[in-house]
Formats: sequence, structure tokens, C-alpha cells
Amino acid sequence: MNKFKRVFSAVLASAMVVSMLAGCGDAAPSGSGAEGSDAGSSSGGSVFKIGAIGPFTGAAAAYGNAVKNGAQIAVDEINAAGGINGTMIEYKSEDDELNAEKSVNAYNTLKDWGMQILVGSTTSACSIAVSENTKSDNMFQLTPSGSAEDCVKYDNVFRVCFSDPNQGIASAQYINDNNLATKVGIIYDSSDVYSSGIYQKFVQESEGKNYEIVSAEAYTQDNNTDFSVQLQKAKDAGADLVFLPIYYSDAALILTQANTMGYAPTFFGVDGLDGILTVENFDTSLAEGVMLLTPFAADAKDDLTVNFVKQYNDKFGETPNQFAADAYDAVYIIKAAIEKSGATADMSVSDLCEALKGAMTQIEASGLTSAKMTWEASGEPNKEPKAVVIKDGAYVSN
Amino acid sequence: MKKQTKNNLITYAIVIAAYIILEILMLTGNLSSHMKGLLVPMTYYAIIAVALNLCVGILGELSIGHCGFMCIGAFTSAFFSRATSESLPAAPRFIIALLIGIASAALFGFLIGIPVLRLKGDYLAIVTLAFGEIIKNVINAFYVGIDAKGLHFSMKSAMELNMDGGDTIVNGAMGITGTPHDANFTIGIVLLLISLFVVQNLVNSRDGRAIMAIRDNYIAAEATGINVTSYKMMAFTISAAIAGAAGVLFSHNITTLTASSQYFGYNASIMILVYVVLGGIGNIRGSVIAACILYLLPELLRGFSTYRMLIYSIVLIVMMIVNWSPKVIEWRKRTFGRIGAGRRKAA
Repeated sequence: MNKFKRVFSAVLASAMVVSMLAGCGDAAPSGSGAEGSDAGSSSGGSVFKIGAIGPFTGAAAAYGNAVKNGAQIAVDEINAAGGINGTMIEYKSEDDELNAEKSVNAYNTLKDWGMQILVGSTTSACSIAVSENTKSDNMFQLTPSGSAEDCVKYDNVFRVCFSDPNQGIASAQYINDNNLATKVGIIYDSSDVYSSGIYQKFVQESEGKNYEIVSAEAYTQDNNTDFSVQLQKAKDAGADLVFLPIYYSDAALILTQANTMGYAPTFFGVDGLDGILTVENFDTSLAEGVMLLTPFAADAKDDLTVNFVKQYNDKFGETPNQFAADAYDAVYIIKAAIEKSGATADMSVSDLCEALKGAMTQIEASGLTSAKMTWEASGEPNKEPKAVVIKDGAYVSN
Repeated sequence: MKKQTKNNLITYAIVIAAYIILEILMLTGNLSSHMKGLLVPMTYYAIIAVALNLCVGILGELSIGHCGFMCIGAFTSAFFSRATSESLPAAPRFIIALLIGIASAALFGFLIGIPVLRLKGDYLAIVTLAFGEIIKNVINAFYVGIDAKGLHFSMKSAMELNMDGGDTIVNGAMGITGTPHDANFTIGIVLLLISLFVVQNLVNSRDGRAIMAIRDNYIAAEATGINVTSYKMMAFTISAAIAGAAGVLFSHNITTLTASSQYFGYNASIMILVYVVLGGIGNIRGSVIAACILYLLPELLRGFSTYRMLIYSIVLIVMMIVNWSPKVIEWRKRTFGRIGAGRRKAA
């Protein structure tokens, strides 16, 4: 009997713990969802249900959370201003743990919730996997940051960010047009889709330009702590510019190690380098003079950016990065497309998709990541890349 | 009917009953699309759990690189399906892809087995771990393309393929994209039944008894004249082949296939080992049930948002204790045994 009591109390205690956790966990999503639905019922009509997918846990959590939060801010703003043509937006996000399989699961979960438009997935591989499902359901998909070529291979998928090839092409042209170098070294991550994608296009595009590629050294995520070999090769080959189509955490190490070996070429990066000034224990003075192509700089002085950064800081306690800006723009682009096509929330998912697909090629959107964006039917955005250079610990437009 | 046969039939019956119930739910429209999406992954995780149980439970060798075999099955079959996606109709293409996946995984299982099975216990575990990582890294460095001239192959970059036009199929870290979506729940269930059939019949055969004799007492088995190495090889190769079949389902269920850690790294392999341990080492039916429950759990906990991983871990600990702690087993027997006895008396 005594034992029974003990077990019974243990079961009760664990039930209590679970229900408490349930309460905590539910608070965040239902809070944001409730806002939308309340507002929706007040306007009397139905609501547009927009879903977002990204990695909120695990290694790439920073990107997924940025997308989730960026979109949230846009949705709140639009709802506060009266919605899209008077129809409110309801917004929900699901975690995919940077796993394509889970991303499809997340998509199905959102579909059960009644999602009509998808902002996602955040990362390329997940986005490609999900696009297979949105294609068969004919649901409109706008990925904020899925940059691999195949992300938009179906006609119902569009993207906000530059594609990997476009970044490679833009970088090659920029270096050529501004006579930045005569000899270029490259260090890239061969185990990463994003990095190797840009690298491949950069090399192809570099043919016939006014510089030559003298070294191209790869590393993988399993050996990204020591870059002295790659740097030494670039140095021996006499590279006066080192192209880094990689993410900022690795780049911070490269800059530190280049400094220790007394090698000081121009470092040129792409949007993955955005965030290098926030790396912990990184001497930001080493990043002086680093150039990067990025669509978004958090310390730009235009009203839109200042307002966005302030709101993001107030709400989530950190400075937004490019992913947050892409997602913010994505929601406004959807708004513009809905307004252009005159679509309404009671249309079926498939009709809505057809309407938005037509409207996407006609709209001209302006947002955080570009003042002027237009789209091809292929899903690729047309926008000017912005180059910034790091001066006195801040991005300065070049 | 022999007790063993009856036990096996119960396993098939459970799988078939689950299939029929889910199909009825699907046809009547009572299954959410979330659940529908989970069905195929559940079958391939159940299959690889059965494969690993053959290696860990029946053969008694700890392998923590089984996802490596899954990776080989996935990539070889996806490569074939992708390359012939326009020239072959879906059904024969998938069958050939399945055979290719299984055969290559079995081949690698055999090749790896030659040096590895001379080791025992922890040493084998470490080597399989290393093997899983090697597979992943090697595939990440592969570039294969097809154009009018035939196959092009490089280990440096896609530019080195020197293709005119053509189609890059395996693109290094970007893996294979655009594999046709050929797998479905029915195929998954059929494969699961076949692997159950193979493993359960192996266990009850003369060969199976020899394999278990090796597990229980290596020296005694050798002394009775059992060819230890060849039986070990046999079990290990079959286990790898079944893991390859799981890989084929994996790659034909999802259109992007990358050899990255979250699918084929040691974390994923250990996940499979967790299924096996929870289901009971050597208990084939337990593996299937544990794989399904543990795959479903984090998905069903989505409502808890970011807390779900924490809850998942707690549930895992609780389940392990409830299932396998000797004290709890004793208590369970006493409590539920009494209820059973009471019922018998009443009847």
C-alpha cells in the first residue's frame, strides 16, 4: 500500500509538471494567434492565414527565429493598420530543426491549421522539400531566405533573397567593376550548400574578368577551426583579395588567423558575413575594411530600417539580421500581391495561389532589403545588391 | 502451433491491423495531413530499427553507424531514380532502385564487415561510428553528372565535370534534388513486413540459432564447430541490406537528399539505437512499436512549441524506467498480475 501511495504521488506530481509546461509552451503561439483571430472576428470577415517554417531549435536556430520574429512584426503592423483590404492576418509558425523531413511535417501541421500562404522554409534544403508539397497542393509559397537555385523551380514558389548563383555573379561583377583586385583567393565551405553554390557561380562568372583566381581552398564543418593552411596558400599565391562566400562565425576565425600570420588582403564576403560584428570575443577592429554584399544593414539610417530595428529590439531584445528583414519584407510582399490581385480570404488555397502568382510579376515592392523589387515568373527577384564596407565597427554603404 | 510461430504471427497481425485502420481513417478523411505525412517516415524508421535489432540484439554486436548503410541505400537508389526519371515509368524504376539500394548497402555491409567483425564489443562500435562518418563525408565530396557523352565524375567541384549542358545529379554538399516521389505508405508497410519476415525467420532458423549461440558464448559456439566469422558476416550483411531498404524509402519520400549529420550522422544512428533499446534488445516487435512511438512523440508534442524537446527527453527517461527497471517490472507483474488472476478467478 505504501508503495502504491508513493507511485500515485509521483504520477500526480509529474502530471502537474507536464500541465505547467503545457501552459508555458502554449502561451507564446496562442498569444500571437489570438491577436489575429480577435481582430479578424471584429472585421466580420474571414482571415488570411499565413504560416512560417524555420529552425527554431538546433544549430541554425538564429535564422529560424529571426524569420519567425521578423514576420511577426510585419503581421502585427499590418493588423494594427487595418489588415489587407480590411482582412486581418492570422499567423502561425512551426519548427523544422533544420531537417527537411521535419520541415514537411511542419508544413502538414500548418495545413491542418488552415494555412493559405506559406512564408518559408527558412533554409534551402527544407524549402526545396516543402516546395514539392506546396506544388501538389498548389499553395502560394514565398521563401524569405531559401537561396539555392532549386528552391523556386516550381511556378508557385517565389523568393525574397538573392539566389546563391546571383550572389556569386554579383560579387564577381562588383570586384571587376570596382577594380578591387588582380589576384583573388577563395576560401569556402564545401560541406555547405550555400557556400559551394556561390563559389561555383563565382568561378564560372570570373572568366574573362580583370582579375584571376589564384587559389580556391575548401574546408568542411568538421574542420572549421584552423584556417592557416588555406590562408597560407592564398598568401603564397599572392592574392590581394580573399573572397569568403561563407557564414560569419567561420569568417571571424579566418580574420583572426590572417591577422596573426600578418596577412592583410581585402576580404570580400556575401550576405552570410552579416553578423560578423556581433561574434563574441571577436576583435571587431580586425573586420575593418571588410566588404560584403548584403541586402540589409541594421544600422542603415532610412526610416523603415530604423523603425524595424527599434521594434525588433523592443520586442525580442536583439538586433535583427538579414533573415528577419527578408521575412518582414515577405509579409509585405504578400500584402502587395493580394492587394494587386484583389484576392479575398474566402478563396480556396489553389485559387489564391493562381491569383498571387499572376500578381507577383506585376507588383513592385519596396522594403528593408531593397528599395525596388520586381519578380520574374520564374520566382527570382530583381533587385540591386548593396555593398557595404565595415568602418569604425559599423557598416557603411559603399 | 509453436509458441514462436504464434509470436511472429502476432507481430505481422499488429502491423497489418495498424495499416488497415490507418487506411480506413485516410479513406474516410479522418486523418490530418500532418499524420499522413508521418506515416512513411514511421515505416522506414521501423525498418531500420528492425535492421539494427538484428545486429545489436540477435548478433550481439553494437553498431552505432547504421545510418551509414541507410545513407548508401538512399544515395544509390536516388541516383538511379533521378537519372532515369524520364526514361522509365514509376513502378519498374522504383523496384530497380530498391534493388540497387539494398544491394549496394549489403555490399558495403559485407566489405566493412571483413575487417570490422574481427573486433568485439566497444571496438566494433567505434569502427562503425567512424564508418558512418566516412560515408557521409565521402558522399559530400562527390560530383556526378550526365550529359550526351555519358557519366562525368569529379571529387573537386561541379565545374570540373566539364559537361556540355547535361544534368548534374549529385552536386557535392547539395546532394541530390528532384528525386521522384515514389514511396508511399503501402510500399513502406510491404517493405516493413518483408524485413520482419526475413529477420524473424532468420532468428528461428538453424543459422539464427548459430548466430545467437555466438552472441551468448563465443568460445562455446566456436568449439561446437560453428563458423563464427561467416555467421557474423551473414547477420551483419542482412542487417545492412535492410537498413539500405529503409534508405531507399527515405530518399524517395523526400525530394532533397543531403548527406548531412541530421539524417545520417551518429546522432541519427544513436536515435535508432534508442528505438532498439526501448523496444527491447532482441525483441523485433518491440523495435517496430518503439520506433513508431518515438518518431510520433516529438511531432505530437508540437503544441508545446520549444518545450517539446525537453518533454520528449523526460518521456524517454520515464519510458526507459517503466519498461526496463527491474523494480518496476516486478511491481507491474504484481499489480497487473493480480488483476489478471482476479479476472481468471471470476471467470
